[in-house]
Amino acid sequence: MREVMTGNYASAYGAKLARAEVIAAYPITPQTSIVEKLAEFVNTGELRAKFIPVESEHSAMAACIAAETAGARTYTATSSHGLTLMHEVLMWASGARLPIVMTNVSRAMAPPWSVWVDHMDSVAQRDTGWLQFFCQSNQEVLDTTIMAYKICESARVMLPAMIIEDAFILSHTSEPVDVPDQRLVDSFLPSYSPDLKIEIGKPMGFGSLVKPDQYMEFRYKAMEAMTAAHDRLLAVEREFRDVFGREHGGLLERYKCEDAEVVLVAAGSVAATAKDVVDALRAKGHKVGLARIRSFRPFPDQEFKALASKVVGMAVLDRSYTFGAAGAMFTEVKASVYSSQKRPVVKNYIAGLGGRDITPKTIEKIFEDISIVSRRGLEDEVEWVDVAGLPRRWR
Amino acid sequence: MTKSYEEIPLTPISSTPSTMNLTGLWRVVKPVVDKSKCKKCTICWKYCPDAAIKLVGGEPVIDLMYCKGCGICSFECPAKCIVMVKEG
Amino acid sequence: MRVIEVRFHGRGGQGAVVASEVLASAAFKMGFEVSSFPFFGVERRGAPVTAFTRIDHKPIRNKSSIYEPDFVVVLDSSLMRGVDVLEGLKTAGRVLVNHPDGKKLDGMDARFRYFVVDATAIAISHGLGSPTAPIVNTAIMGGFARACNIVTIESILQSIREEAPVKPEENVAAARQAYDQTQEAGA
Repeated sequence: MREVMTGNYASAYGAKLARAEVIAAYPITPQTSIVEKLAEFVNTGELRAKFIPVESEHSAMAACIAAETAGARTYTATSSHGLTLMHEVLMWASGARLPIVMTNVSRAMAPPWSVWVDHMDSVAQRDTGWLQFFCQSNQEVLDTTIMAYKICESARVMLPAMIIEDAFILSHTSEPVDVPDQRLVDSFLPSYSPDLKIEIGKPMGFGSLVKPDQYMEFRYKAMEAMTAAHDRLLAVEREFRDVFGREHGGLLERYKCEDAEVVLVAAGSVAATAKDVVDALRAKGHKVGLARIRSFRPFPDQEFKALASKVVGMAVLDRSYTFGAAGAMFTEVKASVYSSQKRPVVKNYIAGLGGRDITPKTIEKIFEDISIVSRRGLEDEVEWVDVAGLPRRWR
Repeated sequence: MTKSYEEIPLTPISSTPSTMNLTGLWRVVKPVVDKSKCKKCTICWKYCPDAAIKLVGGEPVIDLMYCKGCGICSFECPAKCIVMVKEG
Repeated sequence: MRVIEVRFHGRGGQGAVVASEVLASAAFKMGFEVSSFPFFGVERRGAPVTAFTRIDHKPIRNKSSIYEPDFVVVLDSSLMRGVDVLEGLKTAGRVLVNHPDGKKLDGMDARFRYFVVDATAIAISHGLGSPTAPIVNTAIMGGFARACNIVTIESILQSIREEAPVKPEENVAAARQAYDQTQEAGA
């Protein structure tokens, strides 16, 4: 049934339809309404789950780890400083191979204090062993929450996943969302039934000490799981399409890339705006496309390699600054295409930090710029977009 | 011997409890209680970091399977009735 | 049909955000694709709040802010002193203002068409909010149906009935009265 709802409500409905059994969460702007909605569902009995109001995000993840180890399907949600507070337990969740699903409402890190969209919090967790899905619409948020449980609970995966929705732009923006029927979701997503779990009467310790002579083998297994997640994601999405009639583009959604000369690479809601710009530029005869990073982990390496051989320029938009020589997503894309025979020009555009709006006009100017530099050659590999004090105009 | 990555579980699991680890074997000195001086105050029992002192009829009995010989019971005893004696 | 963009100006507590949602909901019921979102500055009663709604016949992908609205709705005319509520309004755009007297609206810009409704008096008369802090959003949305010709009063009233957390019938009555009493200001 199609209803107008915010991204946060879409997250809550996703968790409810997935029949999350234990929800442990701590409030933080702009995630709060996800948890409030879920608390309502639990209170009315619409969702049969144990709701644990914990005292911090670190505890929220710890509670999810324990519950998941006991065989329960768990869910939590957070944002920004809440996510980073959880950092060490995020590492535990993936090392313990627990398919927890969490929504992160991607919000800027402080100082400066900001409640608005920025991907620094999410990108800073790329090393934790969690799958990372960046969503561009509220529909995708709901659908991906359900799909994530199926992908992650697969025997070959067994890793946790975070569903990333842009602060305010998705979390507090109302748009039409089709809420699937519970029975249909049940037919798609079976209950969680792990081989190994804590059981009364069968005492076990999970996550025990391993000496240097055995540690690497555990990490190798985890690597295989993240690798397997690539194909598993595609298979689950095909199944989702068959059952619900919708899909969201796999790991790298390619929009009008077939004959594109240059493409914009971006993640999150800005990619949705960019589709309008692609259409407008195409109407004027420009051969442009959009490659949306939907899955940042696992990284769409083979997809980028395939795209690299077809385009002359890639503009990679990072909605975060993570203090490297260049933006995080740019650096990973560039590394991915490095080994291609025919390498496109790849340029980094750092934009939209701390909720700075990225307008269609700005995206158009990025396309103009990448078109120019892919012919003329790169001067600067990294460009900061729309910074007061820099000479270039982007609006 | 290092097991192949294919032979190990997803995450390390221990199915033996920590009580299998007989830490008493690490001991170099052991506590000896002089019952004639013991006031049954239970302070040694409270302080033992390994719960290796049992109270039997109110009196401390050292569990030599696990006592590591750290000497805290001897240090804390107000009656000075516990003496650390060389093992062996 | 081109996308229609509406901007709402209010003070925290007057219901500007809900107004933008009521509009989205009404348009959705009529078969349009919609998107509505607030801009939160300081979340505090009395502080200026801006909210936005987009209406189109195809799914709305544009997630950037609205800079050149087609319509501006002002829930509190006292805002017009400190905030440029008309910034970016397209030429021939329409403004709906909550104001007691259309003839006394200052500084009207000839490029735009102004519509006026005393949403405050209507809200108070229906017991919505308190006399010092009336909730004017449902009345203003009734005025919007009259002033802006995008959504019907019926779809607005249906949305209000569904979205109003309390006093649905009083809110509906306020909207209907405002629909009847909204007039174009000046000539």
